[in-house]
Amino acid sequence: MAVLLIAEHNNKELRPFTLNAATAASQIDSDVHAVIIGQNSADAAKQLSELPVVKKVLSVEGAHYENFTAENFAPVIVKLAENYSHIVCSANTFGKNLMPRIAAHLDTSQVSDIIKVISTDTFLRPIYAGNAFATIKSNDAKKCVTIRPTSFDPCESTGGSAPIEKVDASEEFSNTKFIKREEIKSDRPELGTARIVVSGGRGMQSGDNFKLITEIADKLGAAIGASRAAVDAGYISNDHQVGQTGKVVVPDLYIAVGISGAIQHLAGMKESKVIVAINKDGEAPIFSVADYGLEADLFEALPQFMEELNKLNTIQK
Amino acid sequence: MKILVAVKRVIDYNVQIRVKEDGTGVVTDNVKMSTNPPDDNAIEEAVKIKEAGKATEVVAVTVGEEKAQETVRKALAVGADRGIHVKVDGILEPLAVSKILQKIVDKEKPDLVFMGKQAIDDDCNQTGQMLSALLNWPQATFASKIDVKDNKLEVTREIDEGLETIEINVPAIVTCDLRLNEPRYASLPNIMKAKKKPIEEIAASDLGVDVSPRLEQLKVEEPPKRKAGIKVANVAELVQKLKNEAKVI
Repeated sequence: MAVLLIAEHNNKELRPFTLNAATAASQIDSDVHAVIIGQNSADAAKQLSELPVVKKVLSVEGAHYENFTAENFAPVIVKLAENYSHIVCSANTFGKNLMPRIAAHLDTSQVSDIIKVISTDTFLRPIYAGNAFATIKSNDAKKCVTIRPTSFDPCESTGGSAPIEKVDASEEFSNTKFIKREEIKSDRPELGTARIVVSGGRGMQSGDNFKLITEIADKLGAAIGASRAAVDAGYISNDHQVGQTGKVVVPDLYIAVGISGAIQHLAGMKESKVIVAINKDGEAPIFSVADYGLEADLFEALPQFMEELNKLNTIQK
Repeated sequence: MKILVAVKRVIDYNVQIRVKEDGTGVVTDNVKMSTNPPDDNAIEEAVKIKEAGKATEVVAVTVGEEKAQETVRKALAVGADRGIHVKVDGILEPLAVSKILQKIVDKEKPDLVFMGKQAIDDDCNQTGQMLSALLNWPQATFASKIDVKDNKLEVTREIDEGLETIEINVPAIVTCDLRLNEPRYASLPNIMKAKKKPIEEIAASDLGVDVSPRLEQLKVEEPPKRKAGIKVANVAELVQKLKNEAKVI
């Protein structure tokens, strides 16, 4: 039986992590079908049909799907699940909210947030905030799997031409009403997908001092992150938080400034390709994961860092 | 309004966990245990709603071995009125927990069920959503703000793109984010008083729920270690290394 991928989108276009989830789905079985549920989402459905790994697109349209409410999405997918061995989507807030509702209806024990497909029934997933990895075999007939998007490369986005099939909508769930969504807009790259992340911790000492980080982030075309300590201290808003309870990031370069490296912070960034730590405490745990550690006062180091960057002829973007 | 709050006993979040040498799990013997952090937020929110006169009773429930009762006792010490301990040994998957909680909901008939959004041991993030599916109730996951309005709740949810606000009719499930509130500490007098509050003990086997695991944990291992890095002497050296050695800027 084929694998059913649940597409995440905003009714106009696919959200980027759909491509990562498609890669994971295709590693479970090459026969991947994708369901897209929304309102006026034809353009996104077409985009989905162009992913070469997707063999068929199922499109479900209805006004009550406009805001992606799990209570409305789950019944449609549960019905479609009859024809599939696996249901797959991203383990971001969209998938985390939705998939367990599907799994419970199917009486399946979900496998959450996998980082590797070992076989069609066996997966690797982090537990204890990434401090241990568990190899899990699912014995359920139907498997519900959410994937950690940053652990799978995005699939090719063009070249495919899967057929798009319409599927009937299910009834509206009337006890949940969408009111509003406040999206955080920024000219900077998104934290979850940025190539470079510059993060500040409690060592920044104030929100004002984050401008030292902002300056460097702008120069590097980087996203701005923060430790939970910096967020709790009110230096920066919580959508910047990297860690177990914030975002998990896997950039090419992660620069941790004034961050001691608490367990929950490391869980969110230690898979980054290159890690830099700038901290005046040479014993800080952050240095144990850093490729390049600089033991220095950040208030001296950051302006120098900016100067050095200004000296460079070119900076990769 | 009656609020049921589910709490879980986990390894304390400050403990650096150790993987067992035989690969069967992590070391839990002689390790500090405490209430799953966002479950503390769930209790706090329920107690605040009661203090605001919008709820009449807060019942704390846990599912687990003998010692799991400590988490219920802690909830009683910060304001829950009474407790329920569903006794069961061994590892329970979220699906099994949600089936047990469904039975408790059938019995207690709460208007709201609160719990943390995720347990910090298995990191599954499933139980609340599964329970709402089984009950066919609305779910407000990752809640960072809750307004109680008659028989409705307005809930602000932390989502990847920012914040989302939804309105749900009771009965409903809410899973709580750490940002929802600042959990209070139990005072000594309240800890003493909590010892007199009732905790009902129920054997999971009496609930008629199949809790047998569906997943096999084949192996637990340490994540691959990063190779040791180097310390650089100054900023100039750092930037040169990033440019010419790591080639990331």
